[in-house]
Amino acid sequence: MLKLKQVSKTFGIGSSNEKRALDQVDLTLQSGEFVTVIGGNGAGKSTLFNCISGMYEVEEGQILLDDLDITFFPEYKRSRAIGRVFQDPLKGTAFDMTIEQNLAIALGKGQSISLRPGITKKELDFLRERIAMLDLGLENRMKHKVGLLSGGQRQALTLLMATLVKPKILLLDEHTAALDPAIAKKVMSITRQIVEEEKLCTLMITHNMKASLEFGTRTIMMHEGRIIMDIQGQERKQMTVDLLIDQFESRSGTALDNDRMLLG
Amino acid sequence: MNFALQGSIELGIIYAIMALGVFISFRTLNMPDMTVDGSFVTGAAISVVLSMNGHPFLGLLLSFIVGCGTGCIAAFLHTKLKIQALLAGILAMLALYSLNLKIMSGRANIALMNKATVFSEFEKLVSGDYSRLIFAAIMIVLCLIVLFLFLNTRLGFLVRATGDNDQMVRALGVNTDLTIFVGLAIANGFVAVSGAMIAQYQSFVDVAMGVGMVVIGLASVIIGEVVFGIKSLMRRLIAVVLGSILYRLIIAVALELGMPAGDLKLVSAVIVALAMSTPILKKQFATMKRRHFSHQRSKKSLQWKE
Repeated sequence: MLKLKQVSKTFGIGSSNEKRALDQVDLTLQSGEFVTVIGGNGAGKSTLFNCISGMYEVEEGQILLDDLDITFFPEYKRSRAIGRVFQDPLKGTAFDMTIEQNLAIALGKGQSISLRPGITKKELDFLRERIAMLDLGLENRMKHKVGLLSGGQRQALTLLMATLVKPKILLLDEHTAALDPAIAKKVMSITRQIVEEEKLCTLMITHNMKASLEFGTRTIMMHEGRIIMDIQGQERKQMTVDLLIDQFESRSGTALDNDRMLLG
Repeated sequence: MNFALQGSIELGIIYAIMALGVFISFRTLNMPDMTVDGSFVTGAAISVVLSMNGHPFLGLLLSFIVGCGTGCIAAFLHTKLKIQALLAGILAMLALYSLNLKIMSGRANIALMNKATVFSEFEKLVSGDYSRLIFAAIMIVLCLIVLFLFLNTRLGFLVRATGDNDQMVRALGVNTDLTIFVGLAIANGFVAVSGAMIAQYQSFVDVAMGVGMVVIGLASVIIGEVVFGIKSLMRRLIAVVLGSILYRLIIAVALELGMPAGDLKLVSAVIVALAMSTPILKKQFATMKRRHFSHQRSKKSLQWKE
């Protein structure tokens, strides 16, 4: 369970560009929930993610993960309980290392660092089995360098790496936005498969309003650093993209100016 | 040509240990670590001081350990105090200059007169003209094996991944400060051992002998990559060693052809600058070619219109 209490984050404090990216955000995620996050540019979606993952320090508020206060934990320490996939396919993998080496590092998440062999035969068999589930044929390319893979393949691999050791929470930051539509669809279906199989508590940013309703169990909308809408259950089932746009415009008091969100 | 072929190979092999260190920081960790110029002399100074007291082998071991420590200085400045990698290395190098003088009891150079060195000790076991070469070869093979095995441990994977993508390493729950410490420590440990062996090989240490060492290391790494390829990890490591030997041979030939010894560093700098800029120069050349031809084409089409 993830709990954010009154979390605030401001960039460029004291400068003329001062911007309150998160404004006293309260958010509670129950285990097993799959929450999609939508909002325009600069709404604070990515800042929210980066505050949860520890890339940014928050100024105010508290972040609790399973009742453990992680507000002041460094990024790497939180990562042991948090899986992450970034928008940029280059960010999630080490390009100059092989697929199996990347997976081996992911498999060692949370283990103490030691001079044990980087990868054992037994681990290799296990990893080959897991990667075969992606259905991309990567199990036959375990010794290939990740730099040779396409963006979609790398995102699928990153997704597998982020969930190889079951995280308490999975953060997906527009992880298909940089991919071709066909491959994006494939990665989304892999996402759904992994999240459902592992019953992962997931927070997914998407720019695609349709996808935000199609995937997951709950949708939140952000605007100017605040959560302006939070729907689930019956209310969410009856929601359509048009209704969502109306809701956005009435609640935020501005017209939706982001074509990408509408067209996606 | 009768330049000292064997001597060049021996030097090339010993300097290759330093080049392997540079390979770890520059290529594996992707960090320009200038500490090398200082830690090379630290290793040399320690090994000479211990050889004076009759412990040449202990000198090598201790120089490795202290060398690791010097790497930690740069790592500390970079990771904990957030100083840019390049400046952190330069600061460490500068600090080491004073430290090296202290190790050498304030003298700018020390000669090992007729004291036992690792080479003279080894000669007692294996005598003959090739004794030094064999010992150097044994050491480099040992270093290659140790480094190869290390880079294939879980910790080694993490050090390599940090150089590739530190964000990913942190996202997988590992403190990249730690992996940078480990990487720079080992890199400078190797550099110091190389310095220690060079000092014993020449029976001489000078506090300024490390100037430009980074560049020589880098030149070896790049020559190795260009000539021998970067296919697998083992091949890359061996390429570094061969690159170092090749570099020494080039220098020997140049000296034989009458180049003044004082020009050596200039030549090293030019080699590295050229090698580093090869991709950019290639690209610019291609653009120039394209522009030139398209210009000619447009001229022709104008003529047709008339």
